[in-house]
Amino acid sequence: MSVGDPIAAFRLEAADLLAVTEQALLDLTHDLGSRELIDTVFRGLHTLKGSGAMFGFDALAGFTHHCETAFDRVRKGSVPATQELVSVVLAALDHMQALLGDDCDTPALTAAGDAILARLQAALGEQAQAAANATQDLAQDDAVLRNGDAEAAEGWRITFYLPPDTLVNGTNPLLLLDELRALGAAQVTALTDRIPPLGTLEPGQCHIGWQVELHGDVSRAEIEDVFIFVMDDMELTIAPLTPEPAAASAAPEAVTGSVAATEPAAAAAAAATSEPARNRAAATPAAESVRVPAERLDVLMDRVGELVIVQSRLAQLAHGGVHDTAGELALRSVAEEIERLASELRDTIMVLRMVPISSLFGRFRRLVHDLARETGKTIELITEGESTELDKTVSERLADPIVHLIRNACDHGLETPEDRAAAGKPATGRVELVAEQSGGEVLITIRDDGRGINRARVRAKAEANGLIQPGQPLTDSELLHLIFAPGFSTAAQVTNLSGRGVGMDVVKRTIEGLRGAIDIISDEGRGSTITLRIPLTLAIIEGLLVRVGDARYVIPLAAVEECIELSLEDDLRSRGRSMITLRDQLVPYLRLRELFATGTRPDQFQKIVVIATGGERVGLVVDQIIGSHQTVIKSMSGVHRGITSFSGATILGDGGVALILDVAQLVALGQHQEERLRAAG
Amino acid sequence: MTASILTVDDSASLRMAIKIALSGAGYAVTEAVDGLDGLNKARAAKFDMIIADLNMPNMNGLEMIREIRKLPVQLGTPIVFLTTESDESMKQEARAAGATGWLVKPFVPDQLLRIAAKVLGR
Repeated sequence: MSVGDPIAAFRLEAADLLAVTEQALLDLTHDLGSRELIDTVFRGLHTLKGSGAMFGFDALAGFTHHCETAFDRVRKGSVPATQELVSVVLAALDHMQALLGDDCDTPALTAAGDAILARLQAALGEQAQAAANATQDLAQDDAVLRNGDAEAAEGWRITFYLPPDTLVNGTNPLLLLDELRALGAAQVTALTDRIPPLGTLEPGQCHIGWQVELHGDVSRAEIEDVFIFVMDDMELTIAPLTPEPAAASAAPEAVTGSVAATEPAAAAAAAATSEPARNRAAATPAAESVRVPAERLDVLMDRVGELVIVQSRLAQLAHGGVHDTAGELALRSVAEEIERLASELRDTIMVLRMVPISSLFGRFRRLVHDLARETGKTIELITEGESTELDKTVSERLADPIVHLIRNACDHGLETPEDRAAAGKPATGRVELVAEQSGGEVLITIRDDGRGINRARVRAKAEANGLIQPGQPLTDSELLHLIFAPGFSTAAQVTNLSGRGVGMDVVKRTIEGLRGAIDIISDEGRGSTITLRIPLTLAIIEGLLVRVGDARYVIPLAAVEECIELSLEDDLRSRGRSMITLRDQLVPYLRLRELFATGTRPDQFQKIVVIATGGERVGLVVDQIIGSHQTVIKSMSGVHRGITSFSGATILGDGGVALILDVAQLVALGQHQEERLRAAG
Repeated sequence: MTASILTVDDSASLRMAIKIALSGAGYAVTEAVDGLDGLNKARAAKFDMIIADLNMPNMNGLEMIREIRKLPVQLGTPIVFLTTESDESMKQEARAAGATGWLVKPFVPDQLLRIAAKVLGR
């Protein structure tokens, strides 16, 4: 690793530490007696304090110190771990997060910190005062020690024998003598009385002792400092050269200050505490670095090594020329090697970007914990499949939608314990968060065992909002999908929890922005299940390569439902109203040739590629379907940002460029066109 | 001759801070990310000094120090461990494992350089 910015690195580490500590605290709420968890919390706080102080985060270090002290006492058994204590320290973690920021000394932040410390002290009860006293005692001890230092002498006679393993363990006695010499004029005598007879002498061991007469104004502490690392294992006597040392009778001065921070300051502001966690679960910015296990880098290195070898074989062939069948065979084998390596390299690199979804899931436990407290419900979050891996960027972008879905499940889905009892359900509501890989997708399921979606209310609301015609026939799936429509909100009462931030339409847009899809199943009275289907990676898609006019385009294969022929009769008959009948359903279609103004004549046998997203279907008329094509997505330059029909571009095997069609946009366009035509009669 | 120092810590920020301080003072610094990595690097090359954290994944600092002390190539190499534990038992254990000295976190670059000068004698 090269030398970078240690402060930036510390911030990343601190975020990890906070997350680990938070998990431990949450686990602790279920098992207050767990030594292991208490130790984990203590170590997390301890490291955070220590490293924070190292990198100049003094406010953080100072604040964390109090929490650390509290858990040190829990660890040592002098105070018990209580729910309140855990809760306060959880709030404190949020505050620490804030102290990691740039504006960590605003008065508001300081007041919030003081309020948390006041709560902390209250949670620790009587013992807090005792701790303050202990600190004071310690400080006094310190003062005594320092006064001891004042003991002055003309000089010292220092006699020492180092432990036998000194040399092996890396201490060089000559350096110690040098240090003593640096303190003042020294006379060194070697003491050889302990050297064993040659027969039993271990040559690696140190048996010589030394006596040093050191003259000058040197304090005992300065001498002890020289031996600081070996003092516990060695024999050391330090005696003043003059028989009567200066009287060391100064009474220890009382030490004040330094303990004031534990006092309850501004105890009123205690409320502003649990707020940040919920937002933080979503608001943590996407980190720009990815941790990669070393063995994955090794695999990558292997592949690159192989590539270099093949490249040199290719260079040889190119240099010698291909003259005969044997040469051609060799060339072909090199080409195959390169193809294999390229695909392996691609797979390896993709894997580098993958992170286990546990990093994402971890945030939600806190969310559910807080939601349960606020709603007065008992909620159990069950997570499964945490080792499922997902592209880092995808994983980060999923945080907001999942937060929203979990909030919905806890707030609207789950009933109060009384309602649950009345419905014959266990008092504790369950929210399940499950991830599993399925082919090129990851399925993330958010399932609750609450009251389910009330279809009558959804319909009434949609009709009231003009999303559907009164009495319009809808399939169950269409009805349920209405909750994702913009401007739809199922909650008759918008509560504090769900009413904030994104709506379900934003959830849907985000998921579709990741080229994913949402499915919803709901059983009234039994609960709802929402499944997010997310592609493993954003970088490569399976595409259907088509030709329109002279240009080629890629349609994401996941969106393709079927391909049919556009017969001449259909083409003629439907002119003006571009609709085809597909198994008794009318599907609007777009002529890409016209849309893209290719100015070419249509092929004799045009094809319709039917694409679908979110339950809507649209046909795209193309001249030729070339076949499936694994597409590496290149994003478009800023100049082309305004173009909405394309989501990117790719380079084809022959070096040509194909644009990738934006399915959601085209479906919207097709539906819009259909409505316009319908309106025009 | 430039003294070469191996610094073993799972915290990237701490490694950076150590490296910046030591290379600024003219030492050649090699980094290792955990105990196992540290041991492997100590096997591969002779160092004039090793600075190691104690609390590390894959192989903790104590175990690493014990293993390094078995390596003929690092015979007598000073090993300074970093500790945030103020309690004596940790220092005792690390000394017993073969450590030369310690540095208590948090430290400022000057303290680190003083320790380096102390065990290297420069």
